[in-house]
Amino acid sequence: MPEISVKTENLVRNFGSFVAVNQVNIEVYQKEIFGFLGANGAGKTTMIRMLCGLLKPSSGKATVGGLDVYRQSEQIKRSIGYMSQKFSLYEDLTVEENINFYGGIYDLNQKRIQKKRDEIFFSLGMGDYARTLTYDLPLGFKQRLALGCALLHDPRILFLDEPTSGVDPKARRDFWEIIHQTVALGTTIFVTTHFMEEAEYCHRVFIMDAGKIIALDTPTKLKNRYKKKSMQEVFVTLVEKQQEKKTNPMPDSNDKMS
Amino acid sequence: MSLSKDRISAIARKEFFHIIYDFRTLFIIFLMPVVQLIIFGYALNLEIQRVDMAVVDLARSTQSRKLVGQFSGSKFFRPFFYQGRLDDLEDLFKSREAKVAMVIPFDFERKLQNETSVQVQFLVDASDANAAILIRNYCNQVIMDYNENRGVKLPLPFDLRSTILFNPELKSSHFFVPGVIAMILIMISALLTSITISREKETGTMEQILVSPVRPLEIISGKVIPYIVLAFLDAAVILLVGLVVFKVPFKGSLFLLTGLTVLYILTALSLGLLISTQARTQQVAMMMALLITLLPTVMLSGLVFPIASMPKLLQYLTYLIPARYFLLIVRGIMLKGSVFSQLLGPCFFLALLTLILLGVSVKRFNMNLER
Ligand SMILES: Nc1ncnc2c1ncn2[C@@H]1O[C@H](COP(=O)(O)OP(=O)(O)OP(=O)(O)O)[C@@H](O)[C@H]1O
Ligand SMILES: [Mg+2]
Repeated sequence: MPEISVKTENLVRNFGSFVAVNQVNIEVYQKEIFGFLGANGAGKTTMIRMLCGLLKPSSGKATVGGLDVYRQSEQIKRSIGYMSQKFSLYEDLTVEENINFYGGIYDLNQKRIQKKRDEIFFSLGMGDYARTLTYDLPLGFKQRLALGCALLHDPRILFLDEPTSGVDPKARRDFWEIIHQTVALGTTIFVTTHFMEEAEYCHRVFIMDAGKIIALDTPTKLKNRYKKKSMQEVFVTLVEKQQEKKTNPMPDSNDKMS
Repeated sequence: MSLSKDRISAIARKEFFHIIYDFRTLFIIFLMPVVQLIIFGYALNLEIQRVDMAVVDLARSTQSRKLVGQFSGSKFFRPFFYQGRLDDLEDLFKSREAKVAMVIPFDFERKLQNETSVQVQFLVDASDANAAILIRNYCNQVIMDYNENRGVKLPLPFDLRSTILFNPELKSSHFFVPGVIAMILIMISALLTSITISREKETGTMEQILVSPVRPLEIISGKVIPYIVLAFLDAAVILLVGLVVFKVPFKGSLFLLTGLTVLYILTALSLGLLISTQARTQQVAMMMALLITLLPTVMLSGLVFPIASMPKLLQYLTYLIPARYFLLIVRGIMLKGSVFSQLLGPCFFLALLTLILLGVSVKRFNMNLER
């Protein structure tokens, strides 16, 4: 029985009368790469922000690393890493200054930061980019640097919100290389993406539409269930079905799952 | 719940790098006050000279001519005799032929010899309130000189000596140097803090900070500390230019001024903080900061227009303007040599304003996080 990293029960978040996340139940296991798919506006970012303590849920329960998001968000913050959907490094600062800053706000001492900095440079094959302005880095490097910063304090759970949007396929593969290494070290990865090929790398995927779960399983099982060759096709089929339901709201119990 | 010095210093250091890498802003911050000083000190010179004065000499006596001579002898006035009807004096003001008129009564000479006082009427064009006040003061001074020459030591019909006392040459730069310090400090402090915080919100780095163990108060302190230093350096530069170039006197304690300047900077930073809790983008923050600081400070602080001559309603409004108190403090310390016990009033209000602003903005800052 694998240990549970993230667990939600009937998690809801409203913005006014709009329901962005609607009664979501998930369990994410330790050392798992948990992929999170959904069209624009499906509620992925909202979900992650609630789990990271950036947004209070409207109702329902959620624990991260066994800690309650309502009462223990301070402790949660020490054990998670987060890479937001927006690019989150300071472009007017050098690479080194960015690393020092993020290390500093996690209370890492100078020696530890130094060590991590060398690791990041090594894994990025960046050579001596320490004094380069972040602005001048290629996007792929920036993204991996942001990942490095999110991993500085060795979080047990890492939340990545569309970490590879906008980068070329080669950089994306390099990025996933680091993700696999990180998981091997015992970290749980919670990742949202719009790239279906990335969904194939995940241990389990979770598909969301309009705030609701519409599928949750391993990529292989999902492909078998819908008799499709790729996650791309599975996703399109599922979303189309969902669309049909909205335009033609017939009760269809066969579609219920999770 | 204790704050971590290391985390605050990590944030402050980062903020410091932002500041020193941004040459353009840095340049503006230190150049703007100097430009403003020059504008106020030279271009907007309020030291009125050679004011046209219409003289209606109904006495036509030796003494009245002496009085007129006293005015033409001063560098402030250019008297000319007005021959028209008294009722039409107003037209002189409308046509800008004169800014002030002096009416010497028929019985001037007789009263001078027989009575303790004699009234001379002055009519001042007050369409420019500041100029009017200055002109009134100049008249007062010339009359005083006249009385002195005649060896009379009598109370004057109007007594405004206190205004002139601490600025005997009526130099406007003496008023404007403290004014520019007050204005620049509130502008850069409020502007820069609100921009730096809303920039982090706009670019998304704020979220990245907020998922770390950093506490909101640590973020605020860390971000604000470098700006306290920056604003302070800026104040020092303005003061230095004021002392060296404009020869503004400095009668009081530099130590006291330093302490109270820090208080004022804190007020301004709290204002910036409050703006940043409201503004989502840098652009909005900038507009709000300029709107809230620039115009009200210029118009309502007593920097340009004397508060006493404002409509009652506006006078009440001035209590909300931090620069109002700081001007009293700086002018008091620099020109009058005031000590702390004489400045308790403005200090109290400034401290109160800071506490309120800081309290509200910290609360709003925390609230925004929970949204
Ligand atoms: N602060 C907010 N106030 C109001 N509505 C919001 C807020 N944040 C998100 N929403 C709405 O909630 C819905 C879900 O947004 P969310 O950002 O979670 O979607 P997403 O799945 O991350 O989409 P994307 O793929 O575009 O990033 C959207 O319709 C969005 O407009
Ligand atoms: Mg999103």
